Amino acid sequence: MNFEFLFSNLPQLTIGGLAFGAIYALIALGYTMVYGVLQLINFAHSEVFMYGTFAMLWTVMALGGADAGGIKLVAILIAALFSAMAMSAIIALLLERVAYRPLIKKDAPRLIALISAIGASFVLAELMGLRDRIAGWFGLDDNLSEYVGKARINNSMAGVLDAPRWKIGNVTISSIDVLVIVAAVGMMILLDQFVRRSRLGKGIRATSQDPETAALMGVNPTRTIQLTFLIGGLMAGIAAFLYMLKIETTKFDVGFLLGVKAFTAAVLGGIGNLRGALLGGLVLGVAETWGSALFGTEWRHVVAFVLLVVILLFRPTGLLGESLGKARA
Amino acid sequence: MSKIKQRFVALPKPVKILLWVLLALFAYALPLLEPPIISTPGVDFGGVLFVVTMYCLVAIGLNIVVGYAGLLDLGYVGFYAIGAYTAAVLTSFHAHWPLLLAIPVAVVVTTISGVLLGAPTLRVRGDYLAIVTLGFGEIIRLVAVNSEWLNQRKGISDIARPPSIGGQEGLFEIPHLFWGDGTVLVDTKDTTQFLVFGVLDQIPYYWLGLTVVIVMLFADRLIKNSRVGRAWEATREDEDAAELMGVPTFKFKLLAFATGAFVGGLAGSLYASRQNFINPDSFLLLYSILFLAAVVVGGQGNRWGVLVGAILVAYLPQRFREFDDFRVLAFGLALVLLATLRPEGLFPPRRTVRAKHLEQELEELEEGAGGEESARV
Amino acid sequence: MSEAILEVQNLTLKFGGLTALDDVTFRIDEGEILGLIGPNGAGKTTCFNAVTGVYRPTSGGIAFQGRSIVGLKKHKITQQGIARTFQNIRLFPTMTALENVLVGTDAQHTTGMISALFRLPKHRREEQDGHERAMDLLRFMGIHRKADELAANLSYGDQRRLEIARAMATNPKLICLDEPAAGFNPAEKVELMNLIRRVRDRGFTVLLIEHDMKLVMGVTDRIVVLEFGRKIAEGTPAEIRDNPAVIAAYLGVDEEDAS
Repeated sequence: MNFEFLFSNLPQLTIGGLAFGAIYALIALGYTMVYGVLQLINFAHSEVFMYGTFAMLWTVMALGGADAGGIKLVAILIAALFSAMAMSAIIALLLERVAYRPLIKKDAPRLIALISAIGASFVLAELMGLRDRIAGWFGLDDNLSEYVGKARINNSMAGVLDAPRWKIGNVTISSIDVLVIVAAVGMMILLDQFVRRSRLGKGIRATSQDPETAALMGVNPTRTIQLTFLIGGLMAGIAAFLYMLKIETTKFDVGFLLGVKAFTAAVLGGIGNLRGALLGGLVLGVAETWGSALFGTEWRHVVAFVLLVVILLFRPTGLLGESLGKARA
Repeated sequence: MSKIKQRFVALPKPVKILLWVLLALFAYALPLLEPPIISTPGVDFGGVLFVVTMYCLVAIGLNIVVGYAGLLDLGYVGFYAIGAYTAAVLTSFHAHWPLLLAIPVAVVVTTISGVLLGAPTLRVRGDYLAIVTLGFGEIIRLVAVNSEWLNQRKGISDIARPPSIGGQEGLFEIPHLFWGDGTVLVDTKDTTQFLVFGVLDQIPYYWLGLTVVIVMLFADRLIKNSRVGRAWEATREDEDAAELMGVPTFKFKLLAFATGAFVGGLAGSLYASRQNFINPDSFLLLYSILFLAAVVVGGQGNRWGVLVGAILVAYLPQRFREFDDFRVLAFGLALVLLATLRPEGLFPPRRTVRAKHLEQELEELEEGAGGEESARV
Repeated sequence: MSEAILEVQNLTLKFGGLTALDDVTFRIDEGEILGLIGPNGAGKTTCFNAVTGVYRPTSGGIAFQGRSIVGLKKHKITQQGIARTFQNIRLFPTMTALENVLVGTDAQHTTGMISALFRLPKHRREEQDGHERAMDLLRFMGIHRKADELAANLSYGDQRRLEIARAMATNPKLICLDEPAAGFNPAEKVELMNLIRRVRDRGFTVLLIEHDMKLVMGVTDRIVVLEFGRKIAEGTPAEIRDNPAVIAAYLGVDEEDAS
């Protein structure tokens, strides 16, 4: 174990870990809110995020982000942010409509709903991974080759953003990491306030506590569920945008690992608990980065999974406890 | 479907046994018959059939965990990998044991790993268990990827084969059939040596796999119709009620997990022996999902349904290789459609046939007593 | 006076700030039918749950046949000889009626994987014993002709009967019935009263939670009355009927439940 490396680079590692953690936290929101309302692990939420990364990538490509600078680049990035959010939101709503609502209506067992979610996840990922073939059926693969090509390998937008790095003492900090952390935490605070104070947010909390009573009190359950998926999708879109700023590459199966990590974050913080998702994400991000500094980067994912198992064993309700409905939401 | 079943149940016992034996014989002879339409053009039919038997074996094991005990295991491939790697390490990479000695050890190691994973995790809620097992499957693969002791991504080759009976020549040769245009010939040039586990001819592996599957089916039946099987089902249906009826649910869940691991490890070690080579890519998460698809598609809890599911999942992509790229997409779609349209699977477990049967017996026993029996389903 | 089979001593159970049971003490003698009554929310089912190990008491003791069962696992308590039914039926819906009862008989069995796999003599013996006892109980309950029906397909009344059969199958000394008459019509209630007496005559001690006063008065030997988690009275049905505290607690409630 390389303690020396860990301690000599502690600030950078921690900032980097927090940035990853912030992205996990934003994705974790989608899991945590859907779980709070439906008691369902929305396994396909990772693909909601993945589609967001591609929306961002394609927008930047289409608008010529590679050659742009200054104001134009900022405008392109804002457009990319909105397209990522829109794409993720649409996929999330589509998921709810196709894969879950028929089951909720039938009052199917939770295991079946999870299986449907897994199926939907594979369908979405494979559609992205086979987009060259599918475009080929319509004879579009030549015109769109820039977008549908390289369907099963990494798609990169490296070099679009040349972000500054700040030096404080002998510590180098990436400005993107800081942006990611600030943006993510800001969004979480906004969302927390929304769920706590707004009428719609109260509807979500009421439904997650007691769907039947909430329905009797005039909360439309279908609307509430849709709203939950919508918010989860929007947050995943923001996460996708920040992820692409930081990592710059994506792939059709990028969602899987990030999804499992984000779910781990949600469980870590206490599933169904918004603040828990933030805390869980940040803890997981930092633990993972420190862990890979200690054991070597190749053990990074193992650290995350082991953390999940350990947390579930010793604190099955997470760090902050489970509750979307109760006071903590 | 159910009519055929009813007729079958009504047959006298010797006839039933005879039909089963004929079915088994047909299954053994299948790769020699090489029937058109069914056999796979461009791919070795025996090899495909061997893979089918491995999926059947895995499906039987996973069905115990998912179908009987109701524990959603998304990391079943982890057990498969432990079985395969144990066999590989013992027969090739770190020692040179004979395979027949390595397989029992591999199975024991896998079962122990099942207990070690299950003991702490089976107390967590059902859907958490799904994620923990998913993590477990990935950890196993990542450990294989990262540890030098398991040769990392390079994998392990030269895994031992089962001993051939009758030396390199085998005891005798069995000719295959050749299907021409409208004629069927016995092709004396295309033969399988009995019983040589070689490089090219995969049919002996298929026979081995089929034999193991049949043995496991018997075992599955014996366990299912016993206190153990009932305890699993009761736990699945209502864990608290089962506990209050005296079922030590945790113990039985652990037993289901260990049994599933046992079968998964056995399948993994057989697979490793046949492939002769394994690396971490043989144990992607995708396989866990495919195994699960086999169980769910056929109808979890029904051993025949599960077999049909396994055969579909393993065979269809090989038969229609031109669509192989779309395999995962197709399974994803199948899972969503099944869950939304037919949540109980293609062949859900049914007891009504047996119910009718027993009703007749009862009526014969108590002739005349109470004719008020109401209509039944 | 005969031997006490169950002794509940100063039982207190709190959920957070809420006191569900407050210093409750009572005993059940071997071979008697004890009624546990009280208005809604009085803590009857909570008391049941504490006895059967679902909840752990905050303080106080529960002794079964002279030995404390506080903190024992639920299935251990069942194996020691306390069985129960549920207020809202909890059968194993996709198992047959016979299999449901067999799960009950299995409580006293020890067949494991190896015995089952190799059909060892133990398996055969226990399986035969289980089947015989299960069919006998189904016959006792009058539902033996539906032995191979799925539990989910049984009528409501048959499901209630099956629950009692399943509980009896665990071979208990004490059997706890949680509102067995819920949803029954008057004729069925009379039948149930006879059934409960016959259950006792087979050697079981019965603890009965019931809302229906007529049924409780008709069948029990003694009654314990709970209100707001406290015991407010105890005595024979005749004593309870004239107890002013009980009348006050039940005023107006009786009418509603008489339906």
